[in-house]
Order: sequence, then structure tokens, then C-alpha cells
Amino acid sequence: MLNIKNLKASLEDEDKQILKGIDLNIGAGEVHAIMGPNGSGKSTLSYVLSGKGGYVVDDGSATLDDVDLLDMEPEDRAAAGLFLAFQYPVEIPGVGNMTFLRTALNSQRKARGEEELNAAEFLKLVRAEAKSLKIDADMLKRPVNVGFSGGEKKRNEILQMAMLAPKMCILDETDSGLDVDAMKLVSEGVNSMRDGKRSFLVITHYQRLLDHIQPDVVHIMADGKIIKSGGPELALEVENNGYADLLNEVA
Amino acid sequence: MATAAKNMDATEALIAAYVAPATEGKWARDARLRALTTLRENGVPVRRDEYWKFTNPARLLEPVKPATILETSEASMFDDIDKLLVVFEDGVLLTDLSDDLTLEGVEIETLASAMSKDIHWVGDIYGALEANGQNPVSRPMAALNTAVATEGLVIRVTGQVTKPIALRYMRSGADTDVMVHTVIKLEEGADLTLLESGPAAARLNSSLEVEVADSAAFHHVRAQGRDHERLAATHMFARLGKESRFKSFTLTVNGALTRNEAVIEFTGDNAFATVSGASAGDGAYHHDDTVFITHDAMNCESRQVFKKVLRNGATGVFQGKILVPAHAQKTDGYQIAQGLLLDDDCTFLAKPELEIYADDVICSHGSTCGAVDETALFYLTSRGVPKSEAQDMLVLAFMDESIQEIEDEVLANAIRNRLGGWMERHRG
Repeated sequence: MLNIKNLKASLEDEDKQILKGIDLNIGAGEVHAIMGPNGSGKSTLSYVLSGKGGYVVDDGSATLDDVDLLDMEPEDRAAAGLFLAFQYPVEIPGVGNMTFLRTALNSQRKARGEEELNAAEFLKLVRAEAKSLKIDADMLKRPVNVGFSGGEKKRNEILQMAMLAPKMCILDETDSGLDVDAMKLVSEGVNSMRDGKRSFLVITHYQRLLDHIQPDVVHIMADGKIIKSGGPELALEVENNGYADLLNEVA
Repeated sequence: MATAAKNMDATEALIAAYVAPATEGKWARDARLRALTTLRENGVPVRRDEYWKFTNPARLLEPVKPATILETSEASMFDDIDKLLVVFEDGVLLTDLSDDLTLEGVEIETLASAMSKDIHWVGDIYGALEANGQNPVSRPMAALNTAVATEGLVIRVTGQVTKPIALRYMRSGADTDVMVHTVIKLEEGADLTLLESGPAAARLNSSLEVEVADSAAFHHVRAQGRDHERLAATHMFARLGKESRFKSFTLTVNGALTRNEAVIEFTGDNAFATVSGASAGDGAYHHDDTVFITHDAMNCESRQVFKKVLRNGATGVFQGKILVPAHAQKTDGYQIAQGLLLDDDCTFLAKPELEIYADDVICSHGSTCGAVDETALFYLTSRGVPKSEAQDMLVLAFMDESIQEIEDEVLANAIRNRLGGWMERHRG
């Protein structure tokens, strides 16, 4: 599924390397979690994979089902099946949530040579998905993320993920800003999409999210590298002891 | 005034260029004489006038240059809307393409016919609102229009009108130089929607004078001709009675030079006015919105909402002023002008002004100028929306704040469609 080899990337405006050689393989149907202290490069990894501007890839590769991601525009990466749930979903005044979702979905379908959904088909689909995420009609009608609470924004991300049905989902600190109930709702949304084929990369600071979305593999990232990988018990270790021991171990 | 001497030759040349209308009624002759005097006193505008600092008036005064490409096939606007259609070709009313000028609750006449009669109410408005709007800043192009225009309509609205009156301008000549002047009076409690669209001329000088009586409502939606080389200087003068409502929106895409002036005066308390516009230019495009709103009454609300998207050397100008005399307490004035620059080659110039003498008012003004939000662009593309389409969505969203000032959603959507079409044709 997702294969990252020796990925090195820097900030375009500063001569500063953030990712210093990431190696990561996520197989079909697997859930991997990345944890790590602030500034370790977790979010940068998600941005470089999804094609945000402002970064330069210095070395290495990233492929999704053997397709080179790094050469593609963000919209083509999305059509290829990559999805990033943003840590800070962007408010876009003037663009209706429904219009946005439908344009996105149909753009992807078109890019893949699939038939576009008509208004009725789309509406049926979005209503069903919105219902399970407790997103009401009013939220769908409003401009994208405008006036949404932190929890609503994250639920809206999961709604988009459910509608777009990507192969590979990256969740960047989806738990930040969520209360217990919202986290449960979001996790259920993610879990319902686990079908043995779809893969997930969950970036988080806290083990708590991983109680809800149980990972197959946990990676610890520090200073632009993955320093340790293991099972779910690694997340518990971090929760109990912090990163200091792990960092010392490596050093 | 010093300008009188300095521009005298140019002013006389301009007056001489237009044929003086044939003998008309006394009120018409009086209005024209008064306007000519004003024009001679103030002189034609020159670049060094503060009011023309951002827009060079020279091309509005020179002999018209014939269009190198004559664009006559512009798709018409407001087709699906039930309306009373009035068609002008090269500034002349075409009766065979127009509907009968009969509509319940309205009296309509051509300006030419009204000029020869003694219609008391027209004399109170024609050239009178314009004269009133000559202070504190002179508006010579409007005075010229009053002095010589013979085409246009005279409309008196006495009740709730069931459908809009739509003025459609068509153009057949390459070097047409057209003046139109329309006078509208809305009697107490009356309600009218006026639509304007289409390419009028190589150079258009249009004047609209609107008297909105107490509790009356006037809605105006205009889509200016999108022929590239055209020049336009338009004026809209409005006098608003108590508890009246006035809403005017203009869409301008293309056009080499457009100066739209709006002069609004509140004369009765508790009235509401909004003047708004969306403007989109690519290349040889200069667009100027100049607005002057005087709150000469208590507790009135005015809004100015202007959005401009520019690329390839296009220029957008906004000069907006709110004047609040000491007695106009509880005034609520809002003014926003925003430019969205799609490249580094275009210019947005804004001069928002407030002049307030009352002490219990809420007035705000703002102006911003920037590029497309990269974060939002990434968000949209990361969901699979192609970049060009994502940019269009963001531009349309940006412009929409001005379009939302249009009350009627069907009309607003007609504007959205036209702007969306323009965006598609003018992708980076």
C-alpha cells in the first residue's frame, strides 16, 4: 500500500531539513500510529505525502500501490486514493460544504474515469454518512467549516473521508480539540471504514485515541526519523513514561 | 473656480461635440441650461483632480476610437426572468424589440416624449438630483449627460410592480458614443426592480436619477457590457425618503475603462441603502467604483460592498465616502472594498473615507488586498478538486459577499452564473 523509503524533506523558505530519512511500509488493511514529541516532523510527513506547498523533497520516495506520490499534484494524489484528515481543518467562507463535497467527489471520480454522481445519488450518500456522524442538515448547508466547533470540524473531516472512500487515510492529530464523546464518534467513524483493505496512518500525541482506533503497529518519531517501532504496547509505554526514556535509549 | 479657466477650451470642445437637443418643454430647457452652466463652471475632469487621481478621464473626453474588434454577440442576461423588456440599440430605443411600455402600477414613457411635455414630477427630478450631487465634488460627465441626453426612460411607480423592468443595451456600431438618462420616481410604498444589461456603445455615458419616496423600495441589478474595448462613465443619483429601501448591485467583467459613480442621499429617517459591486478584469481593464453617501437623516443604514478580482495588468479602484452631518444620529454606515490579485502585475487602489459630525453613530470601513489563500487552495485540492477549479471556487466565494447584497436569489444566481462563466474563460 504505502511505501516510504528514506524520505528527506526540507522547508522551502528555510534551509532546514525536517524529515531526515523516513522508512515506513503500511500494508493493505493495516493501521499504523505515529507518536512523537512536538517538532519531530509528524505533521510535515503528512503534508509532504499529500503535496502541500512550501516543502522540498531532498531524497527518497513515497509510493501508494507502486504509484509515485511525490511527483503528483495534490488533487491527483487524492484521486489515487490518499486522504489527509487535517489537524486544523480550513474554514472557507462562501463555499458551501455540500458543493465542496460533491465537487471533490466528482472530480476524483472523473479523474479515475468513473461516472460522476448526480445530485440525487450524492444527496442520498451524504445523508447516510452524515447521519452516522451526527452531522445535521444545517452543518452540511453552511460554508466549509465556518462557524464549526472544534469537534464539528473533525467530524466534517471524517465525513469527507467516508464520502471520498480513499485507500490510504492519514489522520493528523484528529483527536486534538475533541472531548470524550466527540472522540468516540470520530473513532467509530474511522473504525467503520476499516474493511481489511483500507489502510490508516494515525498521527497522535496521546495513547487515548489508540484505545478507540487500535493500531497494528506503533512508530515513535523523533527529529525527523522513526526511532522505534512496535506493537500497541509501545503507545502505553509512552503514555506511562513519556518520550525521554525512548530518546535516551536511541541516543 | 480655478478649474473653469484651465479647462475652458476642453469643456467648450466637449459641449460642441454633442448636438443640442431640439426645442423642448420649459423644465427640460431649464435643466439643460443649468447643467451646461455647471459644466462650464467646473470644467471637464483632468487627471490632477483629486477625484480623478486613480482614473485618467482623458479617454472619456477624447473622440471615440472605433473598436478594433466589434463584439456584438454577447449572450443576454435575465432571459428566464419574467420582465418588461426595453431594448436600446446604440442608445436608441427599439420599439419593435421592446415590450409595450405598459405595466400595472407603473407609468413609462421615453425621455424624448417626456421632454416635450410639461410633466411636473419629472422636472423635479431630471437634472435635479444630479445638480444636488455636484456638491461637494463636481461630476462633469453627469452634467454633460443632463445637458444633452435625449434617450432613456421616465418611469413613475405608484404601486407594487409584478415584474422587473429590464433595460437591455445592444450595440451595432464600432464607434458609437451614447448617452442615456433614466428618471425614476417611486411613490410612497411603491416597489420596483430595475435590471440593466448588455454592451451599450463604444463609449457610454449613462445617468440614472431615482427618487424613492417614503416606505418605497427600489432594487437595481446591473450587468455591464462585457465587450473588451468599451468605455463607460455611469452615474446613479438617489434620494431616499423615510423608511425607504434602496439596493443597487453592478457586475462588471471586461471593458477597457469603467467609472461607476453612485451618489446617495438619505432625506428621511430609518431608511436603508446598499450599493455593491463585483468586478472582474483580465488585461486591459480599469474599473472604478466611486460612491458618495450622505446621511442627512436619523437612524439610516448604508452599506457599500465592493469586490474586485484582477489579473494581467488589470486595475481596480474604489473611492467611497460616507458623510454624516451632526444631526444624523444613530447612523449605521458600513463600507468594505476588497481586491483579490491573481498575479503580481495588477493594481487595486482604495480610498475609503468617513466624515462624521454626529456623535452617536456606528460607521466602519475596511479595505483589503491580497492573493488567493494558499491554505484554502491546498485544502480543496487535497480533496481532489483540480487546482484551476479550486481557485475558481475561492474567487467566487470571495466575490459572493457582494452578490449577497442582491435580495432576489434568482437575480443573484444569474449574476453568479455570469461571473462563473467569466472565471472559466479566464483561467490562469
